[in-house]
Formats: sequence, C-alpha cells, structure tokens
Amino acid sequence: MIYQGRAHKYGRDVDTDVIIPARYLTTSDPDQLAGHCLEDLDPGFVSRVKLGDVLIAEENFGCGSSREHAPIAIKGAGVSCVIAKSFARIFYRNAINMGLPIYECPEAVNGIDAGDDVRVDTEKGEITNLTRGVVFKITPFPPFVREIIESGGLINYVRAKLKVEG
Amino acid sequence: MGMTITEKILASHAGENVVKPGDLINIRLDLILANDVTAPIAIEKFREIGIERVFDKNKIALVPDHYAPNKDIESARQCKVMRDFAREQGITNYFEVGRMGIEHALLPEQGLVLSGDAVIGADSHTCTYGALGAFSTGVGSTDVAAAMATGEIWLRVPSTIKFVYNGRLNEWVGGKDLILYTIGKIGVDGALYKAMEFCGEAIRHLSMDGRFAMCNMAIEAGAKNGIIEPDGVTLEYAKARAKRDFDVYKDDEDAVYDEVHEFDVADIESQVACPHLPSNTRGISEVGDIPLDQVVVGSCTNGRLEDLRVVAEILKGKKVHSSLRLIVIPATQEIYNLAIKEGFIEIFVEAGAVVSTPTCGPCLGGHMGVLAEGERALATTNRNFKGRMGHPESEVYLCGPAVAAASAVLGRIASPEEIVGSG
Repeated sequence: MIYQGRAHKYGRDVDTDVIIPARYLTTSDPDQLAGHCLEDLDPGFVSRVKLGDVLIAEENFGCGSSREHAPIAIKGAGVSCVIAKSFARIFYRNAINMGLPIYECPEAVNGIDAGDDVRVDTEKGEITNLTRGVVFKITPFPPFVREIIESGGLINYVRAKLKVEG
Repeated sequence: MGMTITEKILASHAGENVVKPGDLINIRLDLILANDVTAPIAIEKFREIGIERVFDKNKIALVPDHYAPNKDIESARQCKVMRDFAREQGITNYFEVGRMGIEHALLPEQGLVLSGDAVIGADSHTCTYGALGAFSTGVGSTDVAAAMATGEIWLRVPSTIKFVYNGRLNEWVGGKDLILYTIGKIGVDGALYKAMEFCGEAIRHLSMDGRFAMCNMAIEAGAKNGIIEPDGVTLEYAKARAKRDFDVYKDDEDAVYDEVHEFDVADIESQVACPHLPSNTRGISEVGDIPLDQVVVGSCTNGRLEDLRVVAEILKGKKVHSSLRLIVIPATQEIYNLAIKEGFIEIFVEAGAVVSTPTCGPCLGGHMGVLAEGERALATTNRNFKGRMGHPESEVYLCGPAVAAASAVLGRIASPEEIVGSG
C-alpha cells in the first residue's frame, strides 16, 4: 500500500478527549465524528485536512479514553495514516483492529514538518519526506499483528478464525 | 526465572506454564465489559462477525453509566441499542438504571470480578480491578466484539514496574494521593504498555476503596494494568461477594521487574493535579490560591463509600461556599443506599450540595455538571485534559475526597487541615 498526503504535526500526549471530545460521543457515525476531529486542539484541522493526509505526533499519541470514536474520527476525516514517536496502548490496538495504519517512527517524526508532503510505502517499509527528499525505515509489525492487518482488521480475522460463511 | 502476579494470571489464562514479557498470547476471559458509549460500536462489529450468539451470556457485563439516565435523544438511542442486545442475547449481567452504578465500582461490588480473573472492558479504567489481584485492562469496542464472539483476546505480556510505598500515610492522605504522586513522578507515559504493581506497608494498610482508586488510575501513566497482591483485606472483600471459586496469585521471590520505585509515604501530602495532565501534580501546600466554580465528588475513581465518608466528616455542620456548586455522585445504588443509612446524604444536602444518581456524567463532560467557558472545577475524577469536563476553555484540577470537601467549604483549593486541624 502507498499512502501519500500533506503532514499535520502535533506535540506529545495528544489525548482522545481532544481527538474527539466526549460531547460528541452520542453517535458513532464516522462522518459526524469526523466533523469534530481534533477540534479542541486545532479548530482549523477539519477545514484544512484533505483525503490522504498524514498525522504526525510526538510521544504517547491517543492517550486517555478507550473510545474507538477517536480512530474512527481520524479515519473519517480522510487521514490515511498516523506516524508518532509512540502510541498509547488502547489507541494502538484500536487502530490496528479497525484498519487505521499507524507507525511508530521517532526519526520520521523528527524529520517531518507540518506542511511537508509525505509518502508511506508499506511494502518497502519506508516513509519518505517528499518535500525534503529524506527516507525513513519503518520497523515491521510482529507477525501476529501483521496477520490482523492483512485480514483487513480484527473482525475479518475473527470471521476467518471462526470460519463464518458469507 | 520467577513470575510476577500479572504474568502468572496471564499464563494460567493462556494455558501455559510460563509466560514472559513481550510474549504475544491468546487468553481466555472471565468477564467482558462495555458501556452505553462503547457497546453500540461493539454490537455493530459483533453483527459484522456474523455469528448468532455471544460465547457465554454469563460472562458479559453491560452497564449504562456514561450518559445514563439518558441525557438526550441520541444517548437514549445508544442505551436502547445496548438494552435490546442484552435482551436478545439473554445477557445476565445487564444493569438497568435504578440497579446500576458506575461500572468499575459496580462489578467488584457485585462479586463479578474476583482475584485471579482476567477481564477486559471497553473503557480505559477497566484496570481498576487489579486492586483485587485480577488482571484487567481497557480495550476498544472492536476488541470487545471479538471477545464476545470468542471469549478470548490477544495480548502482549507486559513487563512490570514495582512501586513500594513504605511507612504509614499522613492524615487525610489516601490511595488517590498516592497514585497522583506516582503519576507526577513517572509521567503520563511512564508505564506505557507495562504493569504497575503496588506494594509495601502503606498499601497493606489501605482499604479496598483506596486500592481501587490507585489501580483505577494506572492508565493515566499509560499502563496496561495496575495490580496489588491479594491479602487479608482483599480476601475479606472478595469472599463476602463471590458466588464462585477464585484463585490467589502472588509474585515469585525471584520475579523480574523492569524498575522498582520506593517511596516513603511520610513525605507525601495531599496531592492536586493541575490542568491539563494528571501528571501535573503538586502537594496541597504548593498549590496556592485557586478559586473554584465547581467541586465534583464521584466517578469510578472516588465515588465509593469511604470517599463519601471522608467528605461527610469534613462537611458535617458546614456549608458549601456561596461561590461554587458541589456535586456529589455515589458510584452505585448500593453505595447510595449505604450513604443514606449512614447519614451522609443528609449532611451533603444540608450543606448545600446536590446529590446525583450514579453516573459518569461530569467526569467526561457528559452531563450533570458540564463547565462553561472560563470555569474551573476541582474533582475527585481521573482526567484533567483540555475540555474534559466541558468547554475547551474550562479547567479541571484533580484531588482526593478530603481536599475536595475542604475546598467546597472554603471556595478555593484547600487542605482539610485548614478546616478540621490535623487531629
């Protein structure tokens, strides 16, 4: 897979309350949630983000609540993948389980500024800053996690495991 | 090489003799939890899997606590989705409004989580049950959907950081202060992906309610789980509620820890976490003059009977300061009822506080005490992120029940010693 878009960059400890505030948790509709994505951190994000754009963040992205509404909102807003120095563990699971690509790559975070054009090539295992012409290596996921991703998320993986027909 | 209590519980639920940190394992679950915010997505995903029935209708708990009693039409719809699913599947542990409580206070109280169990919940504070010597961790809705179908979940075995609390606690200092102090020391990702194990003399003397408050906030340091080895206090609590057998696990003497932190609790005073991170902690003597618009006592962290008792002791015969609102939320119907019988509710109402039915409500800015722009609250809850209790330009300070009560009387963040002396 290739993901390509403009970088939106944030600091450390971006929590799920700012990714999608609890006042909007009375729905799980991706379009409705996407309309409020990151609104308490960066009110202009929703109007600026374009399909395929990439979120870049420092340590502990997605800390706080277990709300799956957070990766749903990010994906719904058109973001193709998230690159951070580290992810909070529930957000990490949620993203893998629902098929939002996420990469832990401190070097890439240091080497990408807001507004840079970024390409992620999952087969080559590379993140490229197209604006600066710099390439960063991605550490591969553990085989078991790769299996979930290649199944298209946890639900498909479980369907296959339980051999559900249809 | 020996194992920690967390490793032992995971090994037993994975059907292995030994597991070590970093192992990816599949474990069988004793209980799976979701609430009115997370269950609707889990139910939708469960339908996508395409099987008819949940793996075991007795091992799933569904609790409408976040926006219940329904705050609006949308939240009413979410609660209805969960209720309809519970009826369709014959879920035995569905708790209707009037019989429910905040999930992490309710499930241990009902004896649904016991020592040695492995539990997941689609709520980040599911780590609370570690206080019983159980492995429990928060996950998302899709994990819960898969677990409702299979009874299992994949996990990476966490390494353990051990926290030893030596000595005896100062007056008015409790489990909440210890955990805030600890998060202040290690940061909001100081235990990322790891187990936090709490032990030492001060923990042995801590009540179950204090231990629940500590394990509850392990997630605020990024931990997978918080855990305390069962002792006499745990067993007394668990035996009084258990309707089945349970297992008690303890650390091997040669268990391996990532890090060991030792604290002398005589050095620890009441703690306050300032905006906008739970790690932004200070001792009460260093907080300064911070006027308040609202004080909240409640939540899965500090809405238990002992918390209400501390607040009642301080509030008795006094009035809530004219500049602020005090909202007290007993965490479960049982706690509410006991608080009535012990006279606490009367003390709260006579002091000028409002007492709410059990709900997560204001903790996440849902309802029952949302803040306006520029308002400042002090709360016994667990998160003070930007906008957590309402408007993005409002502020939340976190504390234990004693500081909350004293502050409600004085109208500013205050030590209980300012009101009742150090006794």
